Amino acid sequence: MNDSAALMDIRNITLKFGGVTALEDVSFDIQEGEVRAIIGPNGAGKSSMLNVISGFYHPQEGGIWFRGERRPAMPSHRIARQGVARTFQNIALFSRMTTLDNIMTGRVTLMRPNLLTHMLWWGRAEREESEHREKVERIIDFLEIQTIRKTPVGRLPYGLQKRVELGRALAAEPALLLLDEPMAGMNVEEKEDMCRFILDVKEEFGTTIALIEHDMGVVMDVSDRVVVMDYGRKIGDGTPDEVRNNQDVIDAYLGVQH
Amino acid sequence: MSQQLLYAIEVSLNGLMAGVLYALVALGFVLIYKASGVFNYAQGVMALFAALTLVGFQNGQIPFAHLINEIFGTQVHHFGWHLPAFLSVLLALAMMVLLAVIVEKLVLKHLINQEPVILFMATIGLAYFLEGFGDLMWGSAIKKIEIGLPYGPSDSIDQFTYDLFGYGFFIDRLDIVAALVAALLVCFLTVFSQYSKIGRALRAVADDHQAALSVGISLRFIWVVVWSVAGFVALVAGVMWGAKSGVQFSLSLIALKALPVLMLGGFTSIPGAIVGGLIIGVGEKLFDFLLGPLVGGATENWFAYVLALVFLVFRPQGLFGERIIERV
Repeated sequence: MNDSAALMDIRNITLKFGGVTALEDVSFDIQEGEVRAIIGPNGAGKSSMLNVISGFYHPQEGGIWFRGERRPAMPSHRIARQGVARTFQNIALFSRMTTLDNIMTGRVTLMRPNLLTHMLWWGRAEREESEHREKVERIIDFLEIQTIRKTPVGRLPYGLQKRVELGRALAAEPALLLLDEPMAGMNVEEKEDMCRFILDVKEEFGTTIALIEHDMGVVMDVSDRVVVMDYGRKIGDGTPDEVRNNQDVIDAYLGVQH
Repeated sequence: MSQQLLYAIEVSLNGLMAGVLYALVALGFVLIYKASGVFNYAQGVMALFAALTLVGFQNGQIPFAHLINEIFGTQVHHFGWHLPAFLSVLLALAMMVLLAVIVEKLVLKHLINQEPVILFMATIGLAYFLEGFGDLMWGSAIKKIEIGLPYGPSDSIDQFTYDLFGYGFFIDRLDIVAALVAALLVCFLTVFSQYSKIGRALRAVADDHQAALSVGISLRFIWVVVWSVAGFVALVAGVMWGAKSGVQFSLSLIALKALPVLMLGGFTSIPGAIVGGLIIGVGEKLFDFLLGPLVGGATENWFAYVLALVFLVFRPQGLFGERIIERV
């Protein structure tokens, strides 16, 4: 394992809920600029892993090294401020706000946090707002959602909501982008679109991406390296080809007696 | 113009002014409801507490004087100073911010991700606690607010309308000030929530806690901000109502008057709170004026609630509230 270049190093994570062990001694790393997939059957602990990385869950054992430094336990909004953005499996958008406002909210951490400036120094606050607006418009163009710019997102179809959520995460200009089942519940066409966006994000923004999927086929096309999980443990790790030929992985997916 | 019509106009104007005061109370509810989906039962008591604190600071009352005297056998009541109005308003405001911080630390922090009804119960508890605490801190005597607000009928309006119609309208100057203050407050709040960064964060938290966290918004900070702003609104409402009827326990009951206003205007709309307040204010005054004699008077006590009931039947989301549409 090449420690020095890893953007994030996840070491020996164990997560328990009462008597249930959701993650057991899981370690892997995420390299700068790669698309890293975490796959596994339902209940394998993929989402738990993502929630540990984004700080929604706190593991009992193990630690996370981010940019070479051990990350202390901190609330999830502070982790977001460190440059870890995410989407959710069940879409967590601000449904009453427009697409534009949702994506603007993604930039909240990048705006200077001063109420007084807003009140006393109107011009400057406005200039800052328009700078942010420009960046957001770029993302809107990139994701091809110009036509729904002013639509409250609660009214959008599922596939578009997923895209807006991706846009909001991108707006934060994250160092690490976490995608929780970005293609769940989508039809083939929507899945292809999403694949294209993920690859484009990597190309255009150079963002490091970690994503969860249980659909093997899709994952193999977009990711550089894959972690395979089953029953809370890591059972495989490597390039898509290596993983495809790993006997443990085949067993987990085809269902062998445990 | 007929005398009857002039009376009606005067009554409507006074209704508008009363409506502004209702709207002031309703505003505080809307703020907290919008930001956290919680109906803050304690809003009325917060208005009372804010007004008590203001008067207490201004008159140099020693907090908990009664308690101290009881325990130590002393006879202290006052520091012996009299603060200028402006300073005591600032101090009362600081007190409301402190209250917001304490409420967040002791109550809200422990109830993250709980059902709204649990938070609602917590605010009921808070209301009763604050009521007793205010009593203990500042005593239960009825107090007068003297921060230089004008009283009595406006002579100029009286004169102006007399010249115009041959009948002078009676409008309380305090009501006019209240209307101006409310207008300013609404402008400030609208700009704050629509155009500032914190305002956007505030709307985000109102919509989805988890999503707000994921973009780096601190729920706890936002709650402190919201409760502080609600405390500020409570202070304004408390001062205006207190100036009208004296600072006393019954001030906390104005919260009950805010309920029909909210049902009319919608729980989530700042303009709704204002329009709802005005409709109730004018409605109950006019109704009493026109139909009161037929039903034996005293209609002001129930008119607002009946109107709210009618709205609940035909337009449950209120005039400006969000339509509740469940997707199937």
